[in-house]
Amino acid sequence: MIKLRLDPSSGVATYLQLVHQVKHALRLGVLMPGDRLPTIKEVVSDLAINPNTVAKAYRELEHEGLVVGRPGLGTFVRRSLGGGSTADHSRLRRDLAQWVRGCREAGLDQGDMEALFASVLADSVQEGIA
Amino acid sequence: MTADRTVRMFGGGAGELTAPAKSPTALEAMRLAKRYRGTWALRDCTMSVPAGRVVALVGPNGAGKSTFLHLVAGLIAPTRGSVRVFGEPVGQRAAALARVAFLAQDKPLYDGFTVAEMLRFGHHLNPGWDDTLARQRLAELDIPLNRKVGKLSGGQQAQVALTIAVAKRPDLLVMDEPLANLDPVARHDVMRSLMAAVAETQMTVVLSSHVVSDLTNACDWLVVLNRGQVQISGEVDELLAAHRMVSGPAELADGMAARMPVISDSRRERQADLLVRTGPGTPLHDPRWRASGVSLEELVLAYLRRPDTTALPRPTLTTT
Repeated sequence: MIKLRLDPSSGVATYLQLVHQVKHALRLGVLMPGDRLPTIKEVVSDLAINPNTVAKAYRELEHEGLVVGRPGLGTFVRRSLGGGSTADHSRLRRDLAQWVRGCREAGLDQGDMEALFASVLADSVQEGIA
Repeated sequence: MTADRTVRMFGGGAGELTAPAKSPTALEAMRLAKRYRGTWALRDCTMSVPAGRVVALVGPNGAGKSTFLHLVAGLIAPTRGSVRVFGEPVGQRAAALARVAFLAQDKPLYDGFTVAEMLRFGHHLNPGWDDTLARQRLAELDIPLNRKVGKLSGGQQAQVALTIAVAKRPDLLVMDEPLANLDPVARHDVMRSLMAAVAETQMTVVLSSHVVSDLTNACDWLVVLNRGQVQISGEVDELLAAHRMVSGPAELADGMAARMPVISDSRRERQADLLVRTGPGTPLHDPRWRASGVSLEELVLAYLRRPDTTALPRPTLTTT
């Protein structure tokens, strides 16, 4: 079961933070189809947040077809997120790890790498649009 | 006890809630006013809160928060106006009072009683008492039943008082400064425990505090009282979405201020920072201005400094 967290300084609405975390867990395979999300009571007694906020996040996820609420049982993951097969993922992960090693050797720190990756990603998105 | 809110939303009630919330309005004050001797503690207070909300009642000391909560709980009678809880006028029928639990600022516990004796006391006084719920909550909190209340920590005493209020199974729980005099860990623990109780029972909660940051994520409805009047009443998300901090060149600030209501206005030599109320998604056409979101705390402080401004729902939003 995943543990949801909050970043009070993020400026992102609380329900969206919960939505993003579940999606992130789906992309990374931390959550798989059939897994149960924590109940609303479990989340609120952990984070001291309003139950309606969690309900709103779960509704949003349900609306997107990612989870489904089963009466009396809980909220369950319906499908995972992210394109590509597992084999693709492990190959790309290896490539990326190699890229990170290359960056380190060239003297880049984590912030430099994140900025570089974000900029390349933005360029490729732009090319895709154009 | 394991029922999930999501489930109930679709299942249409798990039968735990004995009194169905037929009226979607939990709390309604109409021109409510209270005078103590020559002084008006509350003047012309009108608001309406939907059922199932956790309401933060904030305002400076002396704004009338305690008076308002005592009126809602039926502990004092209004000088003018009326207050209704789930459609019933407060203080006229015992049945209406049974739906409300009130937790006073000075925790209403007896130091010489053990926790178990406090539970028996609560059981004796309240017909709808849920003893299983009370014992389960205290067990989850590791509070020993045979301990004298006076020997518990401040946080544990607050939890026992909250447990007794929740075990009454009220539809409306009214709490006057429940977090006062608690350290940060105890404050967080009490709020966690309160949120769990709300998830379980779906009761409406009104709690007062003058520390807004304690309430930010727990409350979904905000009421600001200032000088005995309602200055803000509305859904937290809507209020936050409707306000922006815009920053831009000081020489253009008057023009900007003419276009939308300004709640706070801070100008330095070149830059102006205006907290404005915008329509949802009102664009800032001028690229020299930058807009950013505001926190609940910033919003409350800005309004409290300008008692003449209000943020109240338009009449169309308050119908039923």
